[in-house]
Amino acid sequence: MSILDSKIPEGPLADKWTKHKNTINLVNPANKRNIDVIVVGTGLAGGSAAATLAELGYNVKTFCYQDSPRRAHSIAAQGGINAAKNYQGDGDSNYRLFYDTVKGGDYRSREANVYRLAEVSGNIIDQCVAQGVPFAREYGGLLDNRSFGGVLVSRTFYAKGQTGQQLLLGAYSAMNRQINRGKIQAFNRHEMLDLVKVDGKARGIIARDLVTGEIERHSAHAVVLATGGYGNVFFLSTNAMGSNVMAAWRAHRRGAFFANPCYTQIHPTCIPVSGDHQSKLTLMSESLRNDGRIWVPKRKEDAEAIRAGKLKPTQLSEEERDYYLERRYPAFGNLVPRDVASRAAKERCDEGFGVNKTGEAVYLDFAAAIQRYGKEKALTSGIHNPTAEQILEFGEKVIEDKYGNLFQMYEKIVDENPYKTPMMIYPAVHYTMGGLWVDYNLQTTVPGCYAAGEANFSDHGANRLGASALMQGLADGYFVLPYTIGDYLSQDIRTGKIPTDTPEFDEAEKHVKDRIEKLMSGSGEHSVDYYHKRLGKIMWNKCGMSRNEKELKEAIDEISALRKDFWKSVKVPGNANGMNQELEKAGRVADFLELGELFAKDALDRNESCGGHFREESVEQDGEQKGEALRDDKNFKYVSAWEYKGEPKDAVLHKEDLVFENIELKTRSYK
Amino acid sequence: MNLTLKIWRQSDAKSQGKIVEYPISGIEGDMSFLEMLDVLNEELITKGDEPVVFDHDCREGICGSCSLQINGEPHGPDRLVTTCQLHMRKFNDGDTIFIEPFRAKAFPVVKDLMVDRSAFDRIQHAGGYISVNTSGNTIDANAIPVNKDNADDAFAAATCIGCGACVAACKNASAMLFTSAKVSQYALLPQGQVEATDRVMAMVNQMDEEGFGNCTNTGACEIECPKGISLENIARMNREYLSASLKG
Repeated sequence: MSILDSKIPEGPLADKWTKHKNTINLVNPANKRNIDVIVVGTGLAGGSAAATLAELGYNVKTFCYQDSPRRAHSIAAQGGINAAKNYQGDGDSNYRLFYDTVKGGDYRSREANVYRLAEVSGNIIDQCVAQGVPFAREYGGLLDNRSFGGVLVSRTFYAKGQTGQQLLLGAYSAMNRQINRGKIQAFNRHEMLDLVKVDGKARGIIARDLVTGEIERHSAHAVVLATGGYGNVFFLSTNAMGSNVMAAWRAHRRGAFFANPCYTQIHPTCIPVSGDHQSKLTLMSESLRNDGRIWVPKRKEDAEAIRAGKLKPTQLSEEERDYYLERRYPAFGNLVPRDVASRAAKERCDEGFGVNKTGEAVYLDFAAAIQRYGKEKALTSGIHNPTAEQILEFGEKVIEDKYGNLFQMYEKIVDENPYKTPMMIYPAVHYTMGGLWVDYNLQTTVPGCYAAGEANFSDHGANRLGASALMQGLADGYFVLPYTIGDYLSQDIRTGKIPTDTPEFDEAEKHVKDRIEKLMSGSGEHSVDYYHKRLGKIMWNKCGMSRNEKELKEAIDEISALRKDFWKSVKVPGNANGMNQELEKAGRVADFLELGELFAKDALDRNESCGGHFREESVEQDGEQKGEALRDDKNFKYVSAWEYKGEPKDAVLHKEDLVFENIELKTRSYK
Repeated sequence: MNLTLKIWRQSDAKSQGKIVEYPISGIEGDMSFLEMLDVLNEELITKGDEPVVFDHDCREGICGSCSLQINGEPHGPDRLVTTCQLHMRKFNDGDTIFIEPFRAKAFPVVKDLMVDRSAFDRIQHAGGYISVNTSGNTIDANAIPVNKDNADDAFAAATCIGCGACVAACKNASAMLFTSAKVSQYALLPQGQVEATDRVMAMVNQMDEEGFGNCTNTGACEIECPKGISLENIARMNREYLSASLKG
């Protein structure tokens, strides 16, 4: 019997949230002034939560490692944010958004949480517009929408390719208003190094001032972690360089269960790795697949000649190309979901058909679209016998209007003109669906410790649909957590200020200081990046898109050995009493070296193919789906939640069975 | 490529800084400028020296963290890019490259190439927002139509990444382009009108208090801005400020 209590309210799905809000405890406004809340991480989830908690009257302290909350990695999201507004009158509803999200997550998310997400999604748009977020508009002055993969309605609100930036600046402006009112105290360039528990409850954090190096104690009645995902465990990912798992991992070490650590979204349309020096991967918006055709050469000799620079892709005729997505998935073609497109690209490259010098790239070709649009534009311009040059010119202009900024970004990085030669793309680690286990109130298994946005696990299942991450961050921060936390805080109205001169704070601070000292005293053979890159290679090769039992077991052993070597031999120059970026990195990589092992252990346990996670032992054997990923609902319809017991190998698995009362579990088919 | 780097080293805000020369080899055109610095830092760490501190995070041109004055220009010689998007193919074998922090009185050096840009945040705290409750009881988003051109102009102003290149490019270290982009975004939207007068006064006053210089219409800020924020915003802020002063 699981010890996990999800606290999902009783009653019909559509009434659960309203009923819950009507029945949970509230805190009197006068009492909120006596209650402190710490928010760690100030991206979409943390920034919006901090602003709203302060608005409600709580005293809020925020922490972020950047020099300003405006730089959180939410800022890099491109595509858009979903909301079931049905402004287009195309039949959208809360239920449809809920349904698409649960199905897209391959039935591994929690129904009640996802329905609530759909329910509050419309409010998010209202809130952001009122704050001055400049969403795209139609000429009539009303909001514009577009469509995203895996969805049959037009429900995505956007601000060109910079939606995340605009939404984050909106949340940041709401924070600024509260900072000006004195309700938020912002601690920037600070990093949380430990969670402090008093009588089993989260009562504060230990943080390091990254400029002075000072170790600080901060107390509160509750702690909210909104610190994003852990994709940087792979070293190369689309995450910001500083994105880390530290706050969540330290909370895990203090008793918060870590759920579904093996769930990572691999995004199919990223710019491929060019060499060993690379620090970071860049995402190209998924929208490119609306017009681009994906292919590799049919013959290996051609692929080899291209890799050697002896052949150009434009020299291959239509018959010599393998449009493998159109071939394998005729119904969805190039627009299959992200997990399917990613795996198919890897499969072709593994077979030796990759087209860049490392053999890890496929083509995304716009030539056909340029021709098609060019001819159409020539006709509508009154030119009935256009020349080839005219068609090209018209066509390129249409593509430029649609994707110009992405094409420019590609050209800057790769130094090739994607209008003239096909783009090269390859999958990359993008977003993590696993995170701290939370109940319906977003509370972790440590009372008083909450997790919001990408830092928790509950809404995306095994795979995230486009434009749903921004929605979840803001839903949690503006509309869910500030109310559910009241239920817990209502027991704290007589507690008074939490003192920081207690044995619990002493112990946590000592623990943190010892750890820093240990990091500074390695024998000095290798840099932090040396370990991070090696970890990343193990993760990508053995815990990436395709996994099997043998390699996962190898990964566990290799990561464990690498971690031991790290603690013995890492070299951190300088000292701990001031700005020291290597020390910051060392602390984060130390955590990744633990999380990576738990990630592999979780993947080993989950002997099913699910979402973007292809388990080689779990494949459809017969019928139309033969060779495709096989999900196993009989044995794996659960959330895995790991309890910390020292070494990751000793972590104890708890299972939350997922109950689907409103959606029938089906095989996802894209044939 | 083999290069000679001349880098500003300063151990903290109170210390004196100086230029230190570092030869570096094996640099490829595909590397970003920051990846080139990663290579240098890896060498320094291996030797037991302290690596060069610089701000960076997203490495895809949107977070606004990276700065660097490269051969005297904010974000280097390329146009409309941040330092993280500047690639080494823009340089030649044998080049000497000067790398310094953004210089401005209001941007004190934290360490080496890292500066403190929190003055920008304080300008925003002073009024860079619309006072709306985050309670979820706001009116429907389509209740107030917004003219498309205004929405597009507001968006263009809102794309400012707050990197500070405008300040570093300006001979007066003025923050007019940054502040005016913020003022413009709200001035162009109906939602921002109600408190427009107070907003522009508060933000401009804070900007002056932070020690930024005055604008003398030189226009270097617009040329060096990685996001192409237009000087029109400064004109708009001046109009807003004038009308606010007359009302005041």
